[in-house]
Amino acid sequence: MPDAGSSGLQAVAGLTHLQRLEAESIHIIREVAAEAEKPVMLYSVGKDSAVMLHLAMKAFAPGKPPFPLLHVNTTWKFRDMIAFRDAQTTALGLELIEWINQDGVARGINPFDHDAYTDIMKTEALKAALDHHGFDVAFGGARRDEEKSRAKERIFSFRSADHRWDPKRQRPELWSLYNTRKNKGESIRVFPLSNWTELDIWQYIARESIPIVPLYFAAMRPTVRANGLTLMVDDERMRIPAGETPELRMIRFRTLGCYPLTGAVESHATTLPEVIQEMLLTKTSERQGRAIDRDTTASMEKKKQEGYF
Amino acid sequence: MGRVSEDASDLIAADIGAYLKQHETKSLLRFITCGSVDDGKSTLIGRLLYDSKMVFEDQLAALEADSARGGTQGAGLDFSLLVDGLSAEREQGITIDVAYRFFSTDRRKFIVADTPGHEQYTRNMVTGASTADVAILLIDARRGVLTQTRRHSYLASLIGIRSVILAINKMDLVDYSRDVYERILNDYRAFARGLDIAHIEPIPMSALLGENVTRPSTTMPWYEGPDLLTYLEEVEISTRPVEAPFRMPVQWVNRPNSDFRGFSGFVAAGTVQPGDAVKIMPSGRQSHIARVILDGDLPYATAGQSITLTLADEVDCSRGDVISSVEAPAEVSDQFETTIVWMNDTPMLPGRSYLLKLGTKTVTASVTALKHKVNVNTLEQVAARQLNLNEIGLCNISLSEPVVFDAYTTSRDLGGFILIDRFTNETVAAGMIHFALRRAQNIHWQAVDITRAARATQKAQSACVLWFTGLSGSGKSTIANLVEKRLFALGKHSTLLDGDNVRHGLNRDLGFTDTDRVENIRRVGELARLMADAGLIVLVSFISPFRSERRMARDLLPPGEFLEVFVDTPLELAEARDPKGLYKKARRGEIKHFTGISSPYEPPEAPEIHIDTRRTSSEEAADLIMRALEERGVLGGAPG
Repeated sequence: MPDAGSSGLQAVAGLTHLQRLEAESIHIIREVAAEAEKPVMLYSVGKDSAVMLHLAMKAFAPGKPPFPLLHVNTTWKFRDMIAFRDAQTTALGLELIEWINQDGVARGINPFDHDAYTDIMKTEALKAALDHHGFDVAFGGARRDEEKSRAKERIFSFRSADHRWDPKRQRPELWSLYNTRKNKGESIRVFPLSNWTELDIWQYIARESIPIVPLYFAAMRPTVRANGLTLMVDDERMRIPAGETPELRMIRFRTLGCYPLTGAVESHATTLPEVIQEMLLTKTSERQGRAIDRDTTASMEKKKQEGYF
Repeated sequence: MGRVSEDASDLIAADIGAYLKQHETKSLLRFITCGSVDDGKSTLIGRLLYDSKMVFEDQLAALEADSARGGTQGAGLDFSLLVDGLSAEREQGITIDVAYRFFSTDRRKFIVADTPGHEQYTRNMVTGASTADVAILLIDARRGVLTQTRRHSYLASLIGIRSVILAINKMDLVDYSRDVYERILNDYRAFARGLDIAHIEPIPMSALLGENVTRPSTTMPWYEGPDLLTYLEEVEISTRPVEAPFRMPVQWVNRPNSDFRGFSGFVAAGTVQPGDAVKIMPSGRQSHIARVILDGDLPYATAGQSITLTLADEVDCSRGDVISSVEAPAEVSDQFETTIVWMNDTPMLPGRSYLLKLGTKTVTASVTALKHKVNVNTLEQVAARQLNLNEIGLCNISLSEPVVFDAYTTSRDLGGFILIDRFTNETVAAGMIHFALRRAQNIHWQAVDITRAARATQKAQSACVLWFTGLSGSGKSTIANLVEKRLFALGKHSTLLDGDNVRHGLNRDLGFTDTDRVENIRRVGELARLMADAGLIVLVSFISPFRSERRMARDLLPPGEFLEVFVDTPLELAEARDPKGLYKKARRGEIKHFTGISSPYEPPEAPEIHIDTRRTSSEEAADLIMRALEERGVLGGAPG
């Protein structure tokens, strides 16, 4: 190195934890672009997706990511999510593929009446979308700190031809060498944010000024209480439980999904620092707001074996 | 909740902006925990998470319920339940797979690879260690240094972890005895002298009671060192060397338009800034760095960052190349001495060809010599002909083309590689390069003026290899013999390599173990290639039971010149025919490793010619093969 000392490089001997996480994620994203036949990025519109997308933009700057985004729309997402999604992808000039399980829509599958709603409109829809387009590698924004079975999942996670995850047959994953080879019909889910925590995500959003859906910030919104959750009345399809009337409450969301299944928290955090402050002082994990995890301890492991992302 | 100290909680409440600023500059330490099944590893991690306030109330409620239902701590909290994630693990009360945990303090963020203790999970420990800076090695104070302790220490040193924390746990069960602690420490130091571990930090503790984990112990006043968490916060992080010569394996060529051509990658070592002179390896072409880019231009970048570089000149550079410093460019070779950790149920056989991924380059490779394997418990060197699951061996390897590398001790990024099975696509091994073997530079390919095509044209044919595979007694040699007679009658130049005959001479030294079968076919494949180079039509009649080796033989020849002929006779039929009486002997146990009986046969998946001998006579089979040769222009004279 010519003149490394005189240019002040010694001062940067240590990278910060966010720099290391960012570098690792970008490395993973580029590796997929280089080795996959037809990759796609699952874009759920949430904060983790926002960070993943931001990293993808950085990975290929000044060019664009060489893969499209895929949003599996259950048709029950918050309206703000759809508006944000469309604005973001237009602003960044990216291709967005929206996939809706039209058969499920025709059959009137909804989160109120059907136990299999998530399975049909999300899990099955995702598999159908991947099969239809022939995507062999799909990026997902899951993090290992979210849940116990995720903690053991590889960054490059293989799925059989019917999209099943076999936790006992995971490939060893060494150093930063990812084996992307697969047999015919198999596909790979890749999780570039595996080593990020919820706090890392928020700090990075703050550091990089990454836009996120306004629902993460507190505002007066019409709500009802059902099954121990505070739910937002996002449109006229919401079923109001007997004895409830929609009430304006100051709320925000820690995670985003289908509005009839996503619990809000009462909050006054209207800015990013306040949201982070609240998160740091809070006493429950972010998954508590999701109906999907609470059945049994091993529920996520089971769901993933069946093909849930 | 303070997932942080109380001071920090106050700061969060009072001035979140100041808190965030302070926390942006946190460093990141990755460590592994290892120890045997009952050493309290999961309990220790559960304790670190719990005491550093990383457990939320809802998780705590679930933990209390789980502890009451299936815990091993009576009425107390069973912290191990916090971390044992897969249901199979919870049922058996053991850890199967590497799990990654996260916690942070005011000073650092930590990523913990929680790795299993059983011998059969050596591969998981190596996986977890491959990304770790530090290892915590647990020892049960009642039991002292055990076989597992030695194994884990060896693996940690093998994978290049230079700093080991010796966590002498369960001190509460030995009355916090200083004598016990010192005896264990002396035992361990005596053993560890033979290993390459730069620093050993012993800490006596009780994970169950939290003594010396996240707070200094009051029960062991004789111990003056730091508690575990304090040490973890202060230990030096062995990140990639910033002072080392610059290395960036090119991962992706970024060409969004004709005006921009960037080379993206992860900086494995050193630093880079605009104006630096660089060499593109392996070609050795030189250029200068024009720009260093992340999303905007950077004044410089250092080891550990993912960046994009542009060069001042239009030089050839693509994925797999390594942009290196001019003063000390990375080395290039195609033969290495390595240590290989085998991670698959199917054993490693010398001579078999695998894919090797090193940095951003994937090539084919095979082990040319297995010098010895290492008994991971005693560190003894043991002679071996193959490596089984979880075995570690010192191996020479040979690659299909030269790659850019550094020794593993210099760079994990350019000295560590994985091997991939060419059929199952599984990751079957981790390897570490010690050094390049000189032979690679000294044996050159001698260019000759008469080409293989010229030799074939002279004979009015084109060269090809007909590779007959099938069980013993399937009729391979009979059909091959008929085909050769017809070729001869047409005035074509051919030769026939027969399995039995070759074993009388060239391969007289080989037996019938899997390892020897691989070498048998490797030699015959090379021989067939030399004969095809001479312009001959080569008929090879070998059982050749493994797909991998048939694929290897195929890859030695130009596309289209290798025709696999599957002589498909079911085992019952071949056994009924038994022309040489071999099946009877094999059934009586007089022949070991007999294909179909005591050794596997892997049928071809897509042979060029498939002969079902139940429906096709030998004469008809010969007709079929002659037609196939005709169609491919082999007999027509003009080279393809």
